[in-house]
Amino acid sequence: MKKNWPLWEVFVRSKNGLEHRHFGSLHAPDADMALKNARDVYTRRSEGVSIWVVESKNIKASNPDENGEMFEPAADKAYRHPTFYELPDDIEHM
Amino acid sequence: MENMKEKEQMKSLEDIFEAKIARDEKIEPKDWMPEKYRKTHIRQISQHAHSEIVGMLPEGNWITRAPSLRRKVALLAKVQDEAGHGLYLYSACETLGISREELYHQLHSGKAKYSSIFNYPTLTWADIGAIGWLVDGAAIINQVPLCSTSFGPYARAMVRVCKEESFHQRQGYEIMMTLCNGTQEQKDMAQDALNRWWWPSLMMLGPTDDESTHTEQSMKWKLKRKTNDELRQQFIDQTVPQADILGLKVPDEDLKYNNETGHYDFGEIDWEEFWQVVKGHGMCNKERISARKNAWDKGEWVRDAAIAYADKQTEKEVKEAV
Repeated sequence: MKKNWPLWEVFVRSKNGLEHRHFGSLHAPDADMALKNARDVYTRRSEGVSIWVVESKNIKASNPDENGEMFEPAADKAYRHPTFYELPDDIEHM
Repeated sequence: MENMKEKEQMKSLEDIFEAKIARDEKIEPKDWMPEKYRKTHIRQISQHAHSEIVGMLPEGNWITRAPSLRRKVALLAKVQDEAGHGLYLYSACETLGISREELYHQLHSGKAKYSSIFNYPTLTWADIGAIGWLVDGAAIINQVPLCSTSFGPYARAMVRVCKEESFHQRQGYEIMMTLCNGTQEQKDMAQDALNRWWWPSLMMLGPTDDESTHTEQSMKWKLKRKTNDELRQQFIDQTVPQADILGLKVPDEDLKYNNETGHYDFGEIDWEEFWQVVKGHGMCNKERISARKNAWDKGEWVRDAAIAYADKQTEKEVKEAV
């Protein structure tokens, strides 16, 4: 065994109008084979109309241990939501 | 002193973790988790994946001898699904930080277990019917609760598996149905298959509750929602009426509907046989593992050629770009 097949992440668009969604992962020697394997592994029952594959090592993921620094700044910015603003009850179309 | 502090910190991390699961929040691969949670999940998910992969062998045995094209395409599709299920589960398991190669190595070396049911031989075509009906039936009962287990990748894989599994059981039952409506010889064949697969199917749901060592912890982590005995009772209660419809007799002299409990009472399971098979002394343990090893070893040159081709293509692209 010279080298192991790398890991790929598979994203599938279920139908036009919807975004590609992460379906799972698989091993394949190259991108073309990853696409073909993804078809056989994840769309045996017409689950998709389009597949993306990306080698897992190319994904940079955020670290859940740092979720505080990462996501908390949004928590105290209520003024980004429409309900922050007070309007008279009888106003319409707003 | 330092050590004590560390232990306390660990304890509070674990408390937060357990509370998260109790609130029905999912655990994702990069989240902090106790080492025991990681290890237990690697063990269970890989065992599950191995069962799917080894499970292809007894049925694959009959693909070339299926009695009609309709049966053949269905069986092929079922076996292909099992390969797919194995692959979903292996990749879910890899998110816990173990490599595919290591997982295969554990299977091939006998370190990892797989479901003992696949160490029984498939002697006649009726066995394919009995497997779909009983083995997949028991598997569904085991698997449905796992769709809401605490580890995200495992739960997501199980949702996909369960969606696909019901075709497996129905195709098995249809085979049994056809045989039971056939000649006496065909009906006898169906009865013989039920006789041989009934007890191993009951064993598939695991040791009795008082013998089962992991139940309490597994319940907490939602790896289990019902105990083995509860699952077994559920399986018997729903399967016996299905046997009645086929006109087959479940091979248990003590089997009787209990009006008081609303469940079937059933006879003693031969746990000695179960443990013998688990320990590697079943009819086909050696054959199954050697078939897996053989496939892996003989496929090595294909894997190497594919990666060599991929490397060559990358080189070519780089050269063209320069």
